[in-house]
Amino acid sequence: MDIHEYQAKEILNRFGVGIPQGALAYSPEQAAYRAREMGGDRWVVKAQVHAGGRGKAGGVKVCDSDLEIQAATEAMFGQKLVTHQTGPEGKGIYRVYVEAAVPIAREIYLGFVLDRASQRVMIVASGEGGMEIEEISAEKPDSIVRATVEPAVGLQEFQCREIAFALGIKPGMVQQMVRTLRGCYRAFRELDATMVEVNPLVVTSDDRILALDAKMTFDNNALFRHSQILELRDKSQEDPRESRAADHGLSYVGLDGNIGCIVNGAGLAMATMDTIKLAGGEPANFLDIGGGATPERVARAFNLVMSDKNVQAILVNIFAGINRCDWVAEGVVRALRENPVPVPVVVRLAGTNVEEGQKILAQSGLPLIRATTLMEAAERAVAAWRADTQRNPNLRAV
Amino acid sequence: MSIFLDRETRVIVQGITGKMARFHAREMIDYGTNVVGGVVPGKGGETCEGVPVFDTVKQAVAETGAEATLVFVPPPAAADSIMEAADAGIRYCVCITDGIPAQDMIRVKRYMYRYPKERRMILTGPNCAGTISPGKAMLGIMPGHIYLPGNVGIIGRSGTLGYEAAAQLKERGLGVSTSVGIGGDPINGSSFRDVLEHFEQDDETHVICMIGEIGGPQEAEAAEYIRNHVSKPVVAYVAGLTAPKGRTMGHAGAIISAFGESASEKVEILAAAGVTMAENPAVIGETIARVMQ
Repeated sequence: MDIHEYQAKEILNRFGVGIPQGALAYSPEQAAYRAREMGGDRWVVKAQVHAGGRGKAGGVKVCDSDLEIQAATEAMFGQKLVTHQTGPEGKGIYRVYVEAAVPIAREIYLGFVLDRASQRVMIVASGEGGMEIEEISAEKPDSIVRATVEPAVGLQEFQCREIAFALGIKPGMVQQMVRTLRGCYRAFRELDATMVEVNPLVVTSDDRILALDAKMTFDNNALFRHSQILELRDKSQEDPRESRAADHGLSYVGLDGNIGCIVNGAGLAMATMDTIKLAGGEPANFLDIGGGATPERVARAFNLVMSDKNVQAILVNIFAGINRCDWVAEGVVRALRENPVPVPVVVRLAGTNVEEGQKILAQSGLPLIRATTLMEAAERAVAAWRADTQRNPNLRAV
Repeated sequence: MSIFLDRETRVIVQGITGKMARFHAREMIDYGTNVVGGVVPGKGGETCEGVPVFDTVKQAVAETGAEATLVFVPPPAAADSIMEAADAGIRYCVCITDGIPAQDMIRVKRYMYRYPKERRMILTGPNCAGTISPGKAMLGIMPGHIYLPGNVGIIGRSGTLGYEAAAQLKERGLGVSTSVGIGGDPINGSSFRDVLEHFEQDDETHVICMIGEIGGPQEAEAAEYIRNHVSKPVVAYVAGLTAPKGRTMGHAGAIISAFGESASEKVEILAAAGVTMAENPAVIGETIARVMQ
């Protein structure tokens, strides 16, 4: 789960990380008022959306007066910010963070990630702050400093000092850097984050170390023990279909194609998408309805897939193990009787009691296209989609 | 021989009195698995599915000589249960639980390393379908009847995609020595490489089939190991060619976040190490059959 920049900064600050003075606003008037309240003569207003690349996309503006702030934020509120991370639909701006500008002497990249190779928390830092880590890795790989944290004892001071010296932090400020690194790690560890990224972490000309931007992502599997983090969830930043799916225990990712997929199991779902592509089609979504394909889940899955207006055919691929094919077939038939769909549906069942399952599908009287192998299913779905769109090109345009 | 599990292996089920655990314990017993007990704190002395229940894993080991365990415990308590098994001297643990916090798994792995290698527990999973040595024993939630006994060793992240492969083999009359699910989580007990090491040593395994997916470095690490240490033919399929970067595809670990983690890059790395690639999931069985000729 992602949170906003201002929320990440508040959290990190509680763990001892320095941040510039700032305040949140829900309207242009409030943003201008916040700046006056804060004082000073230069501020940065930042659109709060769950995505990086805001600066280049126009979501960050430096302002020298409250009038400027009002004008800048009027142009932000209610708009969709499109960055390289949001996709073309962008993310809605409903909150703006107003921050006192600070005199920047240098910028540092600082990231804490779950490193899957060492199976530990890894710190990644570079003196080339402000750039994204992908760019730094590509252009200045030698500037990157890494350290892994021994889980039993946590991040040690000497490791922090090593990083500080490697980054060229001057001796009088090393302790401040140690405090910053330890604070980030403690926040990561205690709140079950999967990523903490401070980019840039800045050294100011008056010798302070401050998080100028901050991003935290939390482990969805650990939210059960962090109710205060769960409260920070902002549904306005999520794809509505994906959050609806998650609320029902389904795993859905929307894609650009037009053949909807309903599959049990994440690996098989990805494999099904790949096979559709091989057969000449484009998958409209990833959808894992879980190991046990209950009739209720199948019905929800049809609703979810059909809520994507681009879907012109559906491929159902269920490998029934303990849940038998006949039972899954009954679920499919029931779901389609109660909520008929206006596009061709290809059903491929495999596993336990497959013959009985096929019989139920055949005798249902529903216009289902059946398939026995995965390849056959994908080919039939692509063929059905082509035939259907040729016959009825405006079918789904209404 | 098969790996990890055979007809005699004495098995316990942690969390056996839960509805799903109980159902699968019954399936395992019916398959012929030597299930000797269960562990549920506070329910020691009861009987479940015909086997005794103990309060602690240590008691279960002392009373039954248990060597292997199936952890079927909800996510908040699963890491604790795995560590309890490791401490009690269990040799092999399969954890089925989906949804264990990643940092809990980091601690579990660190904890397991406190034991010297010769008495260190082997963990596969979490978030997997389990391990089966067809015709001998099953430690997991898979439908046992889709596997024939035979000479193909399977290692996979995904449950149902692994079933798909086993079913394709069965269609061709080919069987499996052992099928091991390593699970879809970012931090897992055993990697492809760890399991490859066991299959390489196993006389009954003639061909190894790896079923990978996007995310993480373990397929690339396996490729390196295969190149230098595996003499048996390896067939692989990697799911997720159409998966977008930066999105989690169902499994917590199925996300492309770094170089070398996409399906096409993994395919390239494995092929360069001499692995025979199944181009699509529909030809996994066919590709293995060809390699076995």
